Amino acid sequence: MIPTIKQSRFARVTYNAYIALFFVYLALPLVVVSVFAFNDSLFPSLPWEGFTWDWFFGDESPKTGVFNERGIMRSIRTSVFVALCVSVLSVTVGTCNAFLFNRYQFRFSGVLYVLMLLPLVIPGIVLGISILVFSSTVANGVEDSIGWDIEALRPGLLLVILGQFSFITTIVTLVIAARLKRFDTTLEEAALNLGATRLTAIRTITMPYLGPALIGAAVVAFLMSFENFNTTLMLVGSDAPLTIAMFDRLKEGSTPVLNAVSLLLMIGSSLLALVMIAFQKKE
Amino acid sequence: MRAETRLGFFLLLTPLLLWLTLLIIIPHIDMFLISIRERVAVRTYETGFANYLTFFTEPLYLVTFMRTALMSVLATVMTLIIAFPVSYYIAKIAKGRLQSALFLLCLVPFWVSELVRTFGWMILLRETGIFSNLLQFIGIVDGPVEMLYNDTAMMVGLIYTSMLFMVVPLVTTLESLDDSVIEAGYDLGGNAITVTREIVIPHATPGIVSGCIVVFMLSLGNYLTPTMLGGKESLWFTELIYSQFIVRFNWELGAAFGFLLLGLSSFIVWIALRLTGQTLEKTMG
Repeated sequence: MIPTIKQSRFARVTYNAYIALFFVYLALPLVVVSVFAFNDSLFPSLPWEGFTWDWFFGDESPKTGVFNERGIMRSIRTSVFVALCVSVLSVTVGTCNAFLFNRYQFRFSGVLYVLMLLPLVIPGIVLGISILVFSSTVANGVEDSIGWDIEALRPGLLLVILGQFSFITTIVTLVIAARLKRFDTTLEEAALNLGATRLTAIRTITMPYLGPALIGAAVVAFLMSFENFNTTLMLVGSDAPLTIAMFDRLKEGSTPVLNAVSLLLMIGSSLLALVMIAFQKKE
Repeated sequence: MRAETRLGFFLLLTPLLLWLTLLIIIPHIDMFLISIRERVAVRTYETGFANYLTFFTEPLYLVTFMRTALMSVLATVMTLIIAFPVSYYIAKIAKGRLQSALFLLCLVPFWVSELVRTFGWMILLRETGIFSNLLQFIGIVDGPVEMLYNDTAMMVGLIYTSMLFMVVPLVTTLESLDDSVIEAGYDLGGNAITVTREIVIPHATPGIVSGCIVVFMLSLGNYLTPTMLGGKESLWFTELIYSQFIVRFNWELGAAFGFLLLGLSSFIVWIALRLTGQTLEKTMG
C-alpha cells in the first residue's frame, strides 16, 4: 500500500477513484454556494436564470445586493469587532500561558495544564449557557444588593466576546506553546550573559522568534471567532454577529444574497489563510 | 525562586487563573447550582433534584438524549471510516507538491463558516435542489424529491462538518510511520489487510483517538446541522437545551440538560481514553 509495493491495477484504480470522489464531496457544497451567488433568480436554486452581479451590488428591492444590505453589513462589522477583541485577548493570555508552562516548574502545574485543556472537551453550547447563567447570577446579585443594573452582564457583545475567548484561548495557547517548546533557550542565556536584563532578552530574542506563531494564532483566533455559532447563539443580545444574522435569514427562507455573503466569507478567510501561510514560510 | 522570577511567575499565573476560574470553573459550578434548584413559587426556590427527575421521567427528553449520543457515535465512526483511507493516501502515497496540495484542499472547507457549509448542503439536497433536478434530468424519478429534513441528510452534514478534525490528526500520526516498517510487514508475508491491522492501525492509534474525541464532541454539541438539515423526528439534545433557555425560559431545567450533556461527553471521552490507554494531555496537547 505504499508506492514501493506492487498492488493490483484494480486496487490502485479503485483507491484513486475513492480519493477523487472524496474531494468532490468536499468541494461540492462550497462550489454550489458560490455559483448560485450569480444566479439571476430570487431563490438559490435551479433553474439557472442567467448571470448577474445584482446579489453583490444591486440596490433595489427585491434584489438588494450585499453591499447595500444594511443588516448584513452591520452584522459583518459586529463580527469583525468581536473577532478583533477575541484575538487580542486570547493571544495575550495565550502567550502568558505558554511562557508559564514552558518556563516554570511548579506544584499543580499538571493539574492546571489539564484544566487549561478542558474547554476543548466542553460542548460549545454548554460553555455558552454556563457563562450566561453565571453572568446573570452576578447581575441579579448586584441589582438586589445595591440596585445597579449592569447592562454589560446581560446577553450582548461583552458576553459573546468572553464566551468565545473562553475556549479560543486554549487553542491559541497550544499553538504558541508548540513553537516556544522548540526555542533554544541558550540564545536567551547568551543575551543575559551579554548584559541584557531578562525582559530585554525576551523582547529582543524570544518574541521575534515567536512572531510567526503569534500571528498564526491571532489569525486562527480571528477565524474561529468569526465562524463561531454555538457559544455565540446562547450569549447574543440585540446586535447579532454575522453567523447569527445569517442563521435568522436562513430560517425565514433564503435569497441568493446569502450565497453572495458566503462567497465573500470564503474569499476573506482564504486570503487570511494565505497571509498566515506566507508568514510561516518566511522563517 | 528569586524575587524577580517570583514576580514574573505570579504575573503569568494571574491571567490563567482569572480565565479558568471566572469563565470556566465558577460558571459551571453556578450552572450546577441552578440545575438543582426547583421553582416553588415566584422567586422562591428549593434545593432538589426535580429537574433531573423530570429528565428521567419524560420519555421525549430521555429518548432524544440517547438518540443524540448514538447518532454522534455513528457519525464519529463513519467519519473515521471515510477519513482513514484519505489520510493514508495523503500521508503515505501522495508525495511532494501533490501531498501538500491535497492536505491544503482538505483544510479549505473549514476556513469557511459551518453555516455556509450547511447552506451548501441545503441547496444540494432540497426539493428544488441540484440532486433532485439531476435525478429528474436523468429520468430516474418523475417529480421533485425532497432529500432534506431527515436523518441521512443530517448525517451527511455532520460528517462533512467534522471531517477536518479527523483528517489532520490521522495524517500527522500516519506521516510518522516509517515506510520500511510497512515494507518489512510485506516481506514477512503480510498482505494489505494484515499490515493495516497489525502495523498501520496500532501506529495511528493516538491520531485515531484524538480525531474521534474531537469529532464526537463536535457532533454531540452541534446545533446548526441538526436544526437545518434534520427533520422533525431528528431532534438533537442541544435543541432541547436551546428551547428551555431561550424559548421557555426554564433555566433550571435547561441547566440540568446542559449538565447532562457535559456529563455524557466527559464520560465518553474518558472511556475512549481509558480503552486506548491515552491521556488528555497526550491526545490534545
